[in-house]
Amino acid sequence: MLSKNQARTFFLGGTVVFFLIFLGLSWHTLAREVPKQTNAQNLTESVIRGKEIFDKNNCMGCHTIMGEGAYYAPELTKAYERKGEAYLKTVLTVKEPWAPRGRKMVAYAMSDQDANDVIAFLKWVGEADLNGFPPKPDLQSKVPVPSK
Amino acid sequence: MKYKSQQIAWWFFALSGVLLLLQITYGFIMAFAHLGYDGLHDLIPFNAAPATHKNLLVVWILSGFMGAAYFIIPDEAEHELISVPLAKLQFWSLAIVGVVAVIGFHLNWWEGRKFLEIPRPLDYLVVVNVLLFLYIIIMTLWKGKKRTTTSLVLTMGLLFAALLYLPGMIWFDNQTMDSFFRWWVVHLWVEGVWELIMGGILAYLLIKLTGVDREVIEKWLYVIVGLTFISGILGTGHHYYYIGTPKYWLMIGGIFSAMEPLAFLGMALFALAMYRKGEKRHPNQIALNWTLGTAIISFVGAGLLGVAHTLPAVNMYTHGTFVTAMHGHLAFWGAYGMLVLGMITYATPLMTGRKLYTAPGASYAFWLSNIGMIGMTTAFAAAGVTQVYLERKVGMDFIDTQQAMEVHFLVLIAAATLFTVGIVMFVLNFFKYGKPTDEALERA
Repeated sequence: MLSKNQARTFFLGGTVVFFLIFLGLSWHTLAREVPKQTNAQNLTESVIRGKEIFDKNNCMGCHTIMGEGAYYAPELTKAYERKGEAYLKTVLTVKEPWAPRGRKMVAYAMSDQDANDVIAFLKWVGEADLNGFPPKPDLQSKVPVPSK
Repeated sequence: MKYKSQQIAWWFFALSGVLLLLQITYGFIMAFAHLGYDGLHDLIPFNAAPATHKNLLVVWILSGFMGAAYFIIPDEAEHELISVPLAKLQFWSLAIVGVVAVIGFHLNWWEGRKFLEIPRPLDYLVVVNVLLFLYIIIMTLWKGKKRTTTSLVLTMGLLFAALLYLPGMIWFDNQTMDSFFRWWVVHLWVEGVWELIMGGILAYLLIKLTGVDREVIEKWLYVIVGLTFISGILGTGHHYYYIGTPKYWLMIGGIFSAMEPLAFLGMALFALAMYRKGEKRHPNQIALNWTLGTAIISFVGAGLLGVAHTLPAVNMYTHGTFVTAMHGHLAFWGAYGMLVLGMITYATPLMTGRKLYTAPGASYAFWLSNIGMIGMTTAFAAAGVTQVYLERKVGMDFIDTQQAMEVHFLVLIAAATLFTVGIVMFVLNFFKYGKPTDEALERA
């Protein structure tokens, strides 16, 4: 039967071994892979400023980005591709709350430059390789189209 | 129990109860906003509500853990806390930082990184506060007569939790790296070191409530926290599937996440086995309900509902939907909410000398809050699955999908009302006990 000492060794040994593996993998991920997958060379000053503005206004408090955040407003990973620059710029600079079908967003009334920076950030996010996320709707083609 | 300094725990428990009620209020604000009732938008913009809801959760649970530590450590180490004035200072600074952070959220003062919204200057105050707390606990343990496994596991959990807060304070220009380290804090807290704290508190409660031999309980405690770390550390990988990190995390995260329920299953089987083995029938049966409840509900909420969406092929569609909220609510409630309420239920009669645990309110609080939370989880599941199919699989527009989900938010509000009645009864019962007294602790 397992003794208390053996149980302690299992706990301490297991923790140390798996934490070291985790550290090694983290190093490999961050130093070798993430810069390639996220096109780190495209992190311009504008993109970085865009991220700061994004964080400072807690956009993740309503939206998700890379699938993370809150679920009150649309996923933003592919917002640039989906909506285009002009649409995004209107939403960010407009002085009245943007409220598509009643769901309100804070009216940030951003300056041209701030809006451009946020858009640059969204464009950069949209170009990152997220292993296939967000997925393409795989049941769309199976929805029957009513005959006219 | 004869350590007067244990009384300080009461203040932390009181803060926990008040903040829990406030957290629930913000939950309702969000649920009503999802139904289109967003009349508070100008005062409380939606993005302030989840930040407040989640940070209050973290603070009330941490306050409960700190109260638990201040109650357990003197008892286990057989030594008074080294300084009650310092502990009081630590309490008030925690409460003030918490309140300032919540007010700040409403004034657009935050860092905007999910779970780590607290602005930087307050982060530093949190660090100072936690260092003071750890100093009091570790010095008490150092000067104490005994260093039991239970107290060491609890302290180790608290110490690692403090250390793991630091990676969340590093600034990165790259969203992916920012997210990567954010999960070091969030995942390695709730699926790692917080489980050490949970294991420590659970072991203490089982020793006290079942009368089973300490050596047996503590041996299994090591096995369970060992399983937690072996599965949980690499289980962090399930947050690295789709954020710009390499594909090998799909395999690593998938395999180790599938093992994560084992630790919770271990915890549940362990608690039930000790309960059956125990010959002592402790009069505070409702504390035993919470203790066994936390072990079982954490297995369902954190273990089973977690693994329900951590397979990479499933998570591709559920990532960033209400399926996450389904798992999150029952997991936090089962693993940490019920644990803190269990600790409060056990400790309050001993500190105040009154035995209100036989009052019907105590029992209603337990059952209503649990039934309510299971109802809420079911409503989140229905909303989440609807969202996954309509938006992710069929490709319906965001707002169309949200409108199709509205009915589930009605059910959510109904279940949450039941939950709230239970929690209000719990908090009222707690305050009915009155303040702790020296005489009560001497008699206990």
